[in-house]
Amino acid sequence: MKNIQLDDAGRLRHFLTVEGLPRELLERILDTAESFSGVIEKSVKKVPLLRGRTIINLFFEPSTRTRTTFELAAKRLSADVLNINVATSATTKGESLLDMLRNLQAMQCDMFVVRHGDSGAAHFIAQHVAPHVGVVNAGDGRHAHPTQAMLDMYTIRRHKGDFEPLRIAIVGDILHSRVARSQIHALNTLGAGEVRVVAPRTLLPRDVGSLGAHVYHDIRQGLRDVDVVITLRLQKERMQGALLPSEHEYYQLYGISQERLALARPDAIVMHPGPINRGVEIESAVADGPQSVILNQVTNGIAVRMAVMSMCLEGRGTAAEELT
Amino acid sequence: MTQLTIAGGRLVCPEGARDGVDDLHIAEGRIVAIGAAPDGFAASQHIDATGLIVTPGLVDLAASLREPGEEHKATIASEAAAAAAGGITSLCASPATTPTMDTTAVVELVTRRARQTQRAHVMPLAALTRGLGGEQLTEMAAMKAAGCRAVSDGGRPVVNTLVLRRAMEYAATQDLTIMLTPADPYLTDEFHMHEGWVATRLGIPGIPVAAETAALARYLALAEETGARIHFNRISSGRGAAMVREARQRGLPVTADVAMHQLFLTEMDVSGYNSLCKVFPPLRSHADREALRAAVADGSLQAICSDHQPHEPDAKEVPFISAAAGISGLDTLLPLGLRLVEEGLLDLPGLLRSLSTRPAEILGLPCGRLQVGASADLCLIEPDRVWRLDESSMRSRGKNTPFLGWEFTGRVRMTLLQGRLIHQPREALETVP
Repeated sequence: MKNIQLDDAGRLRHFLTVEGLPRELLERILDTAESFSGVIEKSVKKVPLLRGRTIINLFFEPSTRTRTTFELAAKRLSADVLNINVATSATTKGESLLDMLRNLQAMQCDMFVVRHGDSGAAHFIAQHVAPHVGVVNAGDGRHAHPTQAMLDMYTIRRHKGDFEPLRIAIVGDILHSRVARSQIHALNTLGAGEVRVVAPRTLLPRDVGSLGAHVYHDIRQGLRDVDVVITLRLQKERMQGALLPSEHEYYQLYGISQERLALARPDAIVMHPGPINRGVEIESAVADGPQSVILNQVTNGIAVRMAVMSMCLEGRGTAAEELT
Repeated sequence: MTQLTIAGGRLVCPEGARDGVDDLHIAEGRIVAIGAAPDGFAASQHIDATGLIVTPGLVDLAASLREPGEEHKATIASEAAAAAAGGITSLCASPATTPTMDTTAVVELVTRRARQTQRAHVMPLAALTRGLGGEQLTEMAAMKAAGCRAVSDGGRPVVNTLVLRRAMEYAATQDLTIMLTPADPYLTDEFHMHEGWVATRLGIPGIPVAAETAALARYLALAEETGARIHFNRISSGRGAAMVREARQRGLPVTADVAMHQLFLTEMDVSGYNSLCKVFPPLRSHADREALRAAVADGSLQAICSDHQPHEPDAKEVPFISAAAGISGLDTLLPLGLRLVEEGLLDLPGLLRSLSTRPAEILGLPCGRLQVGASADLCLIEPDRVWRLDESSMRSRGKNTPFLGWEFTGRVRMTLLQGRLIHQPREALETVP
């Protein structure tokens, strides 16, 4: 089946999911991000790559960090950015998603950055936009959050170098996590030595092993000798759905404490996609400790998103050029 | 009353293992003779069926016609015509309409509309509970008198086990078959496809097989106590089919059907968020599909239904999770069935047993067989005609099917209900001078 994320020459058209993309492409995203890191650190933090392009951040779910870093990334590429919060916008007035897309497209935009609560929403939008428009998935339901995964890969590469010898443990609510799914695909594509998921059965999706991860229910076994610990946010709603008895018991069984972190390799790094629930999935001493790279992840998010947006629009005509 | 002869067709019927070229004579809407015409028979109409296969008309146990309430999706007239064009002479209409088919007024409305169309015979199913709300019984006896042949949960399970037990007892008292789609509501509501590795990849909340088997176990436990006659609609899993088989071996009066699309598609077809493959019960694993096929072949699942669910295009032109569930199935029931024969799963009589004879028996209808005295509900098939399914060739108003673009061999040429043509190409009928 044709991958709708790629054009005939194998270049990135949309960035919807890491699954199915070749290793070279993921490495090119990381390399491009690397080159943009220099830009961000300069006093004039701008490059003119996307001058004259219009990017619309279309957020159907609230988000602060992801939306802000996408906005910053677009501005550093000199694009014009429009933020639309749909939770408070037209779909509540009964306008269908397709009608809304057509209207925004009529305003000559070049890219949609989409966050939506439903898995598959970004694919749907990519299937329906005009050929000159790129779509970047900023998180869809439980399905994928590919730019988050790539910024995590970027962070791991910066701290650890090569992926092949690494053992990585992803701890927490895998079932509801688009971040975990994208991380597992990215780590496997980049050749990571071993990917582990650590969670109770209620927080693991069916056949999770088929994604390419080893399943652990015991945190002490799961963390033993790993190089990277990724802990996921635990939503409070999970207690209502009878997935867990209490935050307290979850912390007792799966919380990342200093004592447990000691089971990992001494140079292991600790990551979290944020926002953190201190004392629920991670102890403050770990989150703020020397092994934590949580804030580096946020910084790296800008360069990685610049890389993805510029690659998606690279060599592509604008709406006006399409017409001629 | 007209007398009609269908001459020179290959008559195929599972009852009496009939398969051979012969003439069929019809009077008063019934088959009166096969072979030589009876004494005094003077055909006023004559159909040349040379080169055609003549079979009993198909009987579909599960279809949604959308009227009353959702006429923007389909109407009784549009779907009764589509059924006739697909060789279906009788079909059950789901009670999940607006208003619900829970009073004689609605039942009579549907029956009248259907009769006016002069197409397929539409049999409204009486709702098992008022508004399908699972709390109060409906006036089943009155609806039976108004023509209902069975009561149904309309795919909405009765949650309260006491109400369910009483509904079964009451239906059994009225000698009505109860049609139930086994699905535990807690394991199905807000879930959108089979729970398995494809759902895990797509991040779609999944419906486990236990949603079907847990519900089946509950229904079978009550069937055992109440003696109610139950027909299970739309079995989707191999384990579900095995439970039906075991229950029948224990002697319980239960039967079951499977939707035709379940014999061809699996969870894999949902990949890429294909909303045309969003159905309920969901498409399951490859192993389930193979087990369902085997259960059809060995008779553990007695019937194959269309599970016809027509939708307007907008219902599917949304992200997968928001998309409406269902496949428009009337147009493909027979063509896919003939493909099962082509693939060697069933022989043609075996297919007709699943699509006509057994469903007619389940409903107590006087059709489903080519025998003297049976209702002349017939389907005439051009066996070698190769054609492709596309939106323009589909007769249902709902074009929502993943089988668009499939090539089929064998197509319905004429359909008769009680000896009357309800689907025909224009030049088919010659009046005998």
